[in-house]
Amino acid sequence: MTDAVASDLGADTRKPARFLYISAVVLLCAWVIVPIYFLLINTLSSPETVTSFPKPFIPEFDLGSLTFFAGFAGILTALKNSVVVAGLTMIMSIAIGAPAGYALSRFDFPGKGLFRLLILLTRAFPLPLLALPLAVLFIRTGLDDTAFGLALVHTTLAIPFAVLITFSLFSGIPIELEEAAWTLGCTRLTAFTKVVLPLILPGITASAIFAFVISWNEVFAAAVLTIENRTLTAFLLQNLDTSPLHLKFAGGFILVVPALIFIFAVRKYLFAMWGIANR
Amino acid sequence: MAEIQIKNVAKSFGAYQALHDINLTIADQEFMVLLGASGCGKSTLLRIIAGLETATAGEVWIGGRRIDHLSPKDRGIAMVFQNYAVFPHLTVFENIGFGLRMQKLPNDEVTRRVERVATLMHIEQLLKRYSGELSGGQRQRVAVARALAMEPDVILMDEPLSNLDALLRMEMRAELKGVLAESKTTAIYVTHDQVEAMSMADRISVMHQGRIVQAASPIEVYRNPSAEFVASFIGNPPMNFLKATPAGDGKWSVAGQVMDGPRADRPHLQFAIRPEDIQPAEQGLTATAKVVEPLGAHLLVTCEVDGSLFRAVLDSDMVVRPGETLTLAPQADRVRWFDPETTKAVA
Repeated sequence: MTDAVASDLGADTRKPARFLYISAVVLLCAWVIVPIYFLLINTLSSPETVTSFPKPFIPEFDLGSLTFFAGFAGILTALKNSVVVAGLTMIMSIAIGAPAGYALSRFDFPGKGLFRLLILLTRAFPLPLLALPLAVLFIRTGLDDTAFGLALVHTTLAIPFAVLITFSLFSGIPIELEEAAWTLGCTRLTAFTKVVLPLILPGITASAIFAFVISWNEVFAAAVLTIENRTLTAFLLQNLDTSPLHLKFAGGFILVVPALIFIFAVRKYLFAMWGIANR
Repeated sequence: MAEIQIKNVAKSFGAYQALHDINLTIADQEFMVLLGASGCGKSTLLRIIAGLETATAGEVWIGGRRIDHLSPKDRGIAMVFQNYAVFPHLTVFENIGFGLRMQKLPNDEVTRRVERVATLMHIEQLLKRYSGELSGGQRQRVAVARALAMEPDVILMDEPLSNLDALLRMEMRAELKGVLAESKTTAIYVTHDQVEAMSMADRISVMHQGRIVQAASPIEVYRNPSAEFVASFIGNPPMNFLKATPAGDGKWSVAGQVMDGPRADRPHLQFAIRPEDIQPAEQGLTATAKVVEPLGAHLLVTCEVDGSLFRAVLDSDMVVRPGETLTLAPQADRVRWFDPETTKAVA
């Protein structure tokens, strides 16, 4: 959306338009980068510098805050929980989402359009609305405060994306490749494993990583549904008002960095999901 | 022996009937071309034989074995697709050997067969490349080689040359014909290009609206079209048609000229003649030249006869100007007659 507007302006060679275009780009970049940069500075500064004023604009490369963070009680367990939940979410959303994406791209069935809409609609209900009934249900079934239970909720959040990304991946593979494999001695299954899977594996990986990031960043369900087995986001949220400033910065940094790296690694496929060619 | 028998095959997609009661026998080692405009059902018929589509009714037999309930891999067929369908993640060698590996043939046998067909298709120097590094023509060769390596009973080709440019198409046409004749497989070849059909086929099945209108040798289809559709579809420019009214005793009046015709008791007939079977003469049809196109080898004159469009291919030495009146005589033994009601040929 912003991209289209920007390139329209870029095509215009008049000076004020060009100035506006460049300032908009700079502003948007600063909007995203500056907070992350402050986060980086404060994370790589000693606890004393973090709490002092004025703050430096260049990081000190002091690992004091990070060391303190690593030593903080419960942090490592929370980190482990985050990884476990995100990993489970990744596996479940691909295991469920990829076959759905395949079916959407290869078969015609009644209600296909409605099904696609419903997949998106799972994101239409705000989580706080569902939190109470979910919590009650989880307590009754014994799923509360477990990594698996939380991963189930995160999987529902990640599935729409998993389905849409894999749908576009499968649609990008001509059906003739599969048909050729069938005539060359493959069953539907072997044609899938020998031809389709190798071709979409990078995309599937991307989609899995995206599911991982969704779970990694999710805080609301994690805070409501877990008590003992908190994920890192929930743990930090819980200790937000009691923990020192440098702990918050270090925690924020640890949360942001993997998500950033992962999203950057799979950006090509996320563009593909929205039907925008990678430029 | 791989004779193909198609018995009463029909196919409908919902309410749309794509194929109506198709019956066709293709002899062992015959090169059969299914020819027709897009949407005539020719690809659907091919895909039913391949097993990529299920017939709504009817049976398909290959080599005396009923195969329409089998999956594609068990039918003894190999297929070449219009967009080549070369696997992008495998080298040319592995592409050609794909089917052989699926059959779990020993390594040296795979290598032997891949190298043999690669030499046959002149791609032996490309074996280590990936599909992305090949031109369209090279990909087509890989696709054909992959089908040949299977040593199938029947090879099915769905418009294999239509994505190539004109010159390459002509080259591949001749080469394919030679390779297939040598391989002694039965071949079914789908195309909408009548030149391809005429030049390659042992027999052509002309299809129209889900039916086979005529199945005969190329020259028979050209000279003796069994229906008006075939007459107007085959040949470039197509056959000329004029309305004929009875003049008694097996004679018919065509644009004021009385000619010998069939003894048929019909109120009208369609008189038909190929543009190249027309000569300027003292006596004949009166034609007004509208457009004159010198084509080098010939002179294509589009005229009007009795209010209808009429094309004549004349000698390139002739001088004809638009607006000029010509007298054109159809070659008597090349004249064909069609019943306008049934659109079938009348002898």
